[in-house]
Amino acid sequence: MKPILQVKQLAKRYGDRYGCRDVNFELYEGEVLCIVGESGSGKSTLLATLAGRLAADEGEVTFRDANGDWHELSTLAEAERRRLARTEWGFVTQHARDGLRMGVSAGANVSERLMALGHRHYGQLRATAAEWLEKVEIGAERLDDPPSRFSGGMQQRLQIARNLVTRPRLVFMDEPTGGLDVSVQARFLDLLRRLVHESGVAVIMVTHDLGVARLLAHRTLVMQQGRVVEAGLTDQILDDPQHPYTQLLVSSIVQA
Amino acid sequence: MTLLIAARQLSKTFVLHQQDGLELPVLADVSLEVHAGECVALTGPSGAGKSTLLKALYANYLVQHGTLNILRHGRWIDMARAAPHEIVAVRRDTLGYVSQFLRVIPRVSALDIVAEPLIEQGEERETARERAGALLERLNIAERLWNLPPATFSGGEQQRVNIARGLVAPRPVLLLDEPTASLDAANRAVVVELMREAKARGAALVGIFHDEATRDAIADRLFTVPLARRHTKEIAT
Ligand SMILES: Nc1ncnc2c1ncn2[C@@H]1O[C@H](COP(=O)(O)OP(=O)(O)O)[C@@H](O)[C@H]1O
Ligand SMILES: Nc1ncnc2c1ncn2[C@@H]1O[C@H](COP(=O)(O)OP(=O)(O)O)[C@@H](O)[C@H]1O
Ligand SMILES: [Mg+2]
Ligand SMILES: [Mg+2]
Repeated sequence: MKPILQVKQLAKRYGDRYGCRDVNFELYEGEVLCIVGESGSGKSTLLATLAGRLAADEGEVTFRDANGDWHELSTLAEAERRRLARTEWGFVTQHARDGLRMGVSAGANVSERLMALGHRHYGQLRATAAEWLEKVEIGAERLDDPPSRFSGGMQQRLQIARNLVTRPRLVFMDEPTGGLDVSVQARFLDLLRRLVHESGVAVIMVTHDLGVARLLAHRTLVMQQGRVVEAGLTDQILDDPQHPYTQLLVSSIVQA
Repeated sequence: MTLLIAARQLSKTFVLHQQDGLELPVLADVSLEVHAGECVALTGPSGAGKSTLLKALYANYLVQHGTLNILRHGRWIDMARAAPHEIVAVRRDTLGYVSQFLRVIPRVSALDIVAEPLIEQGEERETARERAGALLERLNIAERLWNLPPATFSGGEQQRVNIARGLVAPRPVLLLDEPTASLDAANRAVVVELMREAKARGAALVGIFHDEATRDAIADRLFTVPLARRHTKEIAT
């Protein structure tokens, strides 16, 4: 098995302060990786830098595309980066308004990436969108409703459909359950777990909830003050944490 | 018989940073080999490190020293050093673990929890569910419970779901942590039978069995986990 993502000595600065630094890891096909840590530890900065949304100041991120070609993000032309973002990646945001187009219908939200890939057949696009609305338990009858009329949980499920419809190989998610009530969260996580299993997509997800990591992730990175202080199999990190900060995090939860 | 587990000179000390870095030596220089078709029962008083040894073999706990080789498709994989994706692969098709307690997954039914390891091995969903159902039936889980998430099940029912999940996909190495602890005699007998079947197809088993009857019925040999902590204390005084 080959990695699809290689990260070496990655760092991102804000002025003279580091948002994240000295990050090294590899991600393999179909792996689910969670990035955990307290607020301000650099999780979102790392995620955005991995996805090429922020330019790295040090180190490199290399991605292997479906053809087996490697791309180092910092040397990639913007047009090429956008092509990868559209065809090979997805990005699910914490706030639906950042990840959805609130003014257009749910169906159009799901179809957008397909159209960007050159799909033009209207009936086919509608059928695919309907199928995905069913998959994410929104229901095809809501095809023409704008997401502004949806609940928070439905909006997050719509983001999942919108991203997975083009069968990306890697999806980034920044606290996708952050704004959801616990009961709504459980449904979202159950669905996500199933879709990720079925599609074999690799996922890098930021969460501050260790229970979410336990449920979804093969692997976990623990961040503190911009650095990865511990990395490994999720169950090992949670059951036998090594770093003082990870031990503190794990001991602070009731049960994960 | 083929060697399937070769653990050599394992040492494990817990360092509790929340308790001023208190060090708790649990395993010191422990070596264990298990062959195909063999069942080894771990013994020792409570707190001796039996569960710790099983969890180390599963790469759920880290060890500071030693090698933890598991034979996978004719190749040795050192679980103490393998990359996470390799460990996940070993667990998927080679190394099964029946933990002491079932970890329920919100909203996921008992049947799907049991079927999951088969689906991960590439089995068709419907076939996997059929095999899961057959095993739950053998373990006397009433069919009306199959479609419910096991969160509300009794301790014994949860344990049987856990055993079914651990044994449904035939894997050549099985680790079992007190699999019969909260079962009645009839269900204990079923579990013993399942473990015997695993042995008969050539699996290597390492188990912790709280009751002697189960241990005698299944184990070929006992392995006493040496007391690391007492050892260091004796040296200190
Ligand atoms: N655009 C920005 N400009 C300056 N500092 C920022 C910016 N975004 C984040 N930071 C700082 O970088 C650090 C990491 O932030 P962030 O990556 O958002 O953490 P997390 O997602 O873990 O909460 C914080 O100290 C934050 O204040
Ligand atoms: N995750 C852990 N963190 C810290 N100490 C642990 C952990 N797991 C086990 N221990 C300690 O290790 C010792 C051995 O425990 P265990 O392996 O569960 O013993 P046994 O299964 O033989 O009863 C105990 O003192 C226990 O408290
Ligand atoms: Mg953030
Ligand atoms: Mg024990």
